[in-house]
Amino acid sequence: MNNQKPLIEVKGLQKSFGNLDVLRDISTAIYPGEKVVVLGPSGSGKSTFLRCLNCLEDPTGGEIIFEDVNIADPSVNINVHRQKMGMVFQQFNLFNNKTVLENITLAPYTIYSKQAVKDGKTKKQFKQECIDNAMVLLRRIGLEEKANVYPSTLSGGQKQRIAIVRALAMNPKVMLFDEPTSALDPEMVGEVLDLIKELADEGMTMVIVTHEMGFAREVGTRVLFMDEGVIAEEGAPAEVFDNPKNPRTAQFFKAVL
Amino acid sequence: MCSLTNSAEKEDMKIFLAASILERFKKAVIVQDRWKMYLEGLGNTIAIAVVAAIIGTIIGVCLAMVNYLNKKTGKLSILSKIANFYITIVRGTPVVLQLMILYFIVFVSWDNGMMIGAITFGINSGAYVAEIARAGFESVDDGQMEAGRSLGLSTWQTMWHIVIPQAVKNCLPPLFNEFITLVKETAIVGYVGIMDLGKIPGLIQSRTFDYLFPLLIAAVLYLAVVLVLTRILHIIEKKLSKGERRNGGALNE
Repeated sequence: MNNQKPLIEVKGLQKSFGNLDVLRDISTAIYPGEKVVVLGPSGSGKSTFLRCLNCLEDPTGGEIIFEDVNIADPSVNINVHRQKMGMVFQQFNLFNNKTVLENITLAPYTIYSKQAVKDGKTKKQFKQECIDNAMVLLRRIGLEEKANVYPSTLSGGQKQRIAIVRALAMNPKVMLFDEPTSALDPEMVGEVLDLIKELADEGMTMVIVTHEMGFAREVGTRVLFMDEGVIAEEGAPAEVFDNPKNPRTAQFFKAVL
Repeated sequence: MCSLTNSAEKEDMKIFLAASILERFKKAVIVQDRWKMYLEGLGNTIAIAVVAAIIGTIIGVCLAMVNYLNKKTGKLSILSKIANFYITIVRGTPVVLQLMILYFIVFVSWDNGMMIGAITFGINSGAYVAEIARAGFESVDDGQMEAGRSLGLSTWQTMWHIVIPQAVKNCLPPLFNEFITLVKETAIVGYVGIMDLGKIPGLIQSRTFDYLFPLLIAAVLYLAVVLVLTRILHIIEKKLSKGERRNGGALNE
């Protein structure tokens, strides 16, 4: 795998909030098809790391190379690159003022309708295309009958699955998951993890911040263990879980497993 | 006998009083078609309030948006300082003085008093709307902006499709309250001789030497406008509370 070109290359990434250094000099690469699981104690900077990957947090130092472009450079039009990086949040963040269907179609329609018109389609045709695509995604997760309801009427598990297909509607090259099951009731965790697993099996490249150790072990192809703003250990899940080399990693797994 | 006279006198007195009250009412309303003056005043008051409300909303939302975007992106710090300066000045000085400054100094060569009044109240209301709109923007969860940006929408696209609709929805009731206050507050434009509803009683009194009915009628007309607006506010509130539940109804399966 390592002779391939990385999809995302992180070089010397730093992030500080005021005097607080959250990330210190992180370097790694994410290759196409990889499922990178980011683990670590709370406050270790794992969510910040993920949010720096699509510059939702502006890095204070270092580079993020995505498709040959350093997207950490403030002069880059970040929107163009974010379209290819799907993100799923702990709190779902579905648009409250839009129906489920509108949640999914808003970004593809808003962003690509101009191009579609240039390509000779009418706006109406393109809108219908977006809707058809959204319905395919909704059918896939078995929620097509919820197309016209508002998010406030859905359960947490349904919201998160819709948030995932909302990101998929942009045909991303990589999916970033920020603790996707942490805000869910226990009985709804399964349905969300199953969907993520499905995507993983289809070959989607993923970076997942999670506390679900079983899931991390099963789905992950590589584990990044973070502590105090650095990658303390990385490697194949079996290796890191069973034979941690860093004492901090060992201590963490002893506490959570 | 004696009591009879008394009661007859009382009757006479009542008729006399009634006749006099009727006379005063006639003088205040019917003579020389004075009722038209109230309606004209009412029309002017509403016109000033509506124009001021539009100006105030535009100014207020812009000010609040500048502050919100500055807070979220840190890119508009100079504009944000100007906005806060504006809000401080306008909220810290009496509106009567603002009116006189605009009327007698800034627009001294412009003779459209109505428009000057509307602009004054628009500028004044803008500072208050800014506070209302700020609360509206802050009530929108940060995750909404993040979700929009993470999909590749620009800040402005996310503002337009996601944040502004939710902010407006959240601050419609207090915004409408501001308009109701505005209608009553505009009564001070009489200070610079604009013929609004608040000015009419004085005008009529200067001809009839009787304040009773002119003041009562003006008060009732203000009250009527406020009641109508309050009614509309209740309808808006009802619609809003239903809003996000429409179409569905399926609560958590």
